[in-house]
Amino acid sequence: MDLSAINPTLLVAALMVASTPIILAAIGEMVVEKAGVLNLGVEGMMIVGAICGFAIAVETGSPFWGFAAAALGGAVLSLLFGVLTQYFLSNQVATGLGLTLFGLGLSALMGQGYVGIRPPEMGKIEVPVLSDLPFFGPVLSNQDAMVYVALLLVMATWVVLRFTRAGLVLRAVGENHDAAHALGYKVVRVRMMAIFFGGACAGLGGAYLSLIRVPQWTEGMTAGAGWIALAIVVFGAWRPFRVLLGAYLFGGVTVLQLNLQAAGANIPVEYLSMSPYLITIAVLVIMSSGKAKAALNAPACLGRQFHASS
Amino acid sequence: MKRRSLLAAGVAALALATGGAMADGHEKVKAGFIYVGPIGDGGWNYQHDQGRLAVEAHFGDKVETIYQESVPEGADAERAITQMALQGADIIFTTSFGYMDPTNAVAAKFPDVKFEHATGYKREHPNVATYDARFYEGRAVIGHIAGHMTETNKIGYIASFPIPEVIQGINSAYLHAAKVNPDVEMVVTWVYTWFDPAKEADAARAMISQGVDVIMQHTDSTAPQAAAQEAIAAGERVFTFGQASDMSAFAPKPRIASIIDDWSPYYIKRVGQVIDGTWEQSASWGGMPEGEVVIGEITDEVPAEVKAEAEAMIAAITDGSYHPFTGPINKQDGTPWLAEGEVAEDGELLGMSFYVEGITSEIPN
Repeated sequence: MDLSAINPTLLVAALMVASTPIILAAIGEMVVEKAGVLNLGVEGMMIVGAICGFAIAVETGSPFWGFAAAALGGAVLSLLFGVLTQYFLSNQVATGLGLTLFGLGLSALMGQGYVGIRPPEMGKIEVPVLSDLPFFGPVLSNQDAMVYVALLLVMATWVVLRFTRAGLVLRAVGENHDAAHALGYKVVRVRMMAIFFGGACAGLGGAYLSLIRVPQWTEGMTAGAGWIALAIVVFGAWRPFRVLLGAYLFGGVTVLQLNLQAAGANIPVEYLSMSPYLITIAVLVIMSSGKAKAALNAPACLGRQFHASS
Repeated sequence: MKRRSLLAAGVAALALATGGAMADGHEKVKAGFIYVGPIGDGGWNYQHDQGRLAVEAHFGDKVETIYQESVPEGADAERAITQMALQGADIIFTTSFGYMDPTNAVAAKFPDVKFEHATGYKREHPNVATYDARFYEGRAVIGHIAGHMTETNKIGYIASFPIPEVIQGINSAYLHAAKVNPDVEMVVTWVYTWFDPAKEADAARAMISQGVDVIMQHTDSTAPQAAAQEAIAAGERVFTFGQASDMSAFAPKPRIASIIDDWSPYYIKRVGQVIDGTWEQSASWGGMPEGEVVIGEITDEVPAEVKAEAEAMIAAITDGSYHPFTGPINKQDGTPWLAEGEVAEDGELLGMSFYVEGITSEIPN
């Protein structure tokens, strides 16, 4: 075993890249759940975003337009979920699962002509001053733009949810939709906007996989990343920075155990890979134990249907 | 009760109908294929579907093929296989390990339909055969090339699950790399998945950052190839090998050769036997001699003399004069496994659960 072979700067940089798709998808889903909607279609929206982003980036030669198209693709797909659950009052769990299956099939169809192609490269951004620091320089600077976008998005979500009127309305809708309705807020409209935002974020996360992290298009390439994002939201107790922490922890464990293996450390790989899931299950168990529910911050109206007549 | 007997009667009538039609000689033979993933995966399932197309091309009007893709392993598989049998398939190929029990269960209900299960070992009924390919023969050839190509003396291996088929590959590749380069070290990374592009790419990157310069994979996606391509663009020197499919989009480098699973010879042979009425239960384990394991084009990145040696090894394995597991070979703990000139038996290979001497890591439980 030679642990000195692991370069800590490269490790942390790899960790940030591995976590970014999950951060993007999870922060979007967190906003959706904060509005009281449970959308289990994250995986489907991610993979549609992955192929939309990949196709447009290849056609235009610009990763920027690729990401824009990915956000749009994921958001349009999420509207399907929104219309079905908010206007036709379909079951959220079933519709969300359906959305995932639909997304997987649709993306396979759309991606037929894009197998084995290399996407255009996205430049790295060097942050002045920061890049000259000894350890933090290479870690925090010289990443691709989307890593910073994801971090800014987490911060912006925190600010909006906590300090703005719009955030207060969104939380009110998620905590008690009847009261919010009585106060004159448009519950369905707020929820539709949240769903749209969640879809756009999931699309960005998917495109990050196909354009930067892998980078290529393969059918079914998200391979469960959407489900991890859903788990991270619960793990993070619907708080933006805890979601960020959860995503880094998950990405960190994945990257770290691969590096440890490559360095020849005889670690029980299967347990280490399992740990993020085990922690999430533990959090879920605590959450479902009634009293602790409030402490864990779950929106009170999560997954409940709303109709103005009721 | 009633419904069951009705179903059985229906099945019997159907079997009679198809049987009659075939004896008649006018109806086409129908061959069915069940795939575990999408045929567009560029690897395992793609290659099986190429085999199906080869059957169509070879027999023309005499056969008709049907297939169903992305059938999950488990309970749903039994439904899919039953449906295919009810559609009048005369022979059904179930192409993933997890279809083993469903295949045998359906075979009991359709004694006149032939069933072929890939990579399994259960043949509970006379109408069930199994087939597999000797991928370790291909590993020997790319191991030889890898031993020559590495400069850092570190060869990386992205491994899926600790099962005999994967361990055979690691041992075979290491033995032949160490033969030409005794200093070589095998860096094995277990990812516990057959298909997860992001994780496969991460594994490749982790190994590259630690000085691995030749990467082999036993997973299905082309993501490690893409990761290596990216490293080359950043100025690294890295080589890879195509897995299951040629993956020629990544040639001439990083992909310098590939192991291709070619199921066409077997599929053509077995469907032909159904047409002739000579099909019998068997357990097939073909390799290079049968044309089931093929080495894809070795690119010019490989020096000419190394390429010539690799081709000589392919020829020797194909004509049967060389077996990749020929003694003397010791197990990892130093105990002798094969004596000088002794060749490994198939039974031992099929249950292989140990590394050979020289590999420093341990197999996870």
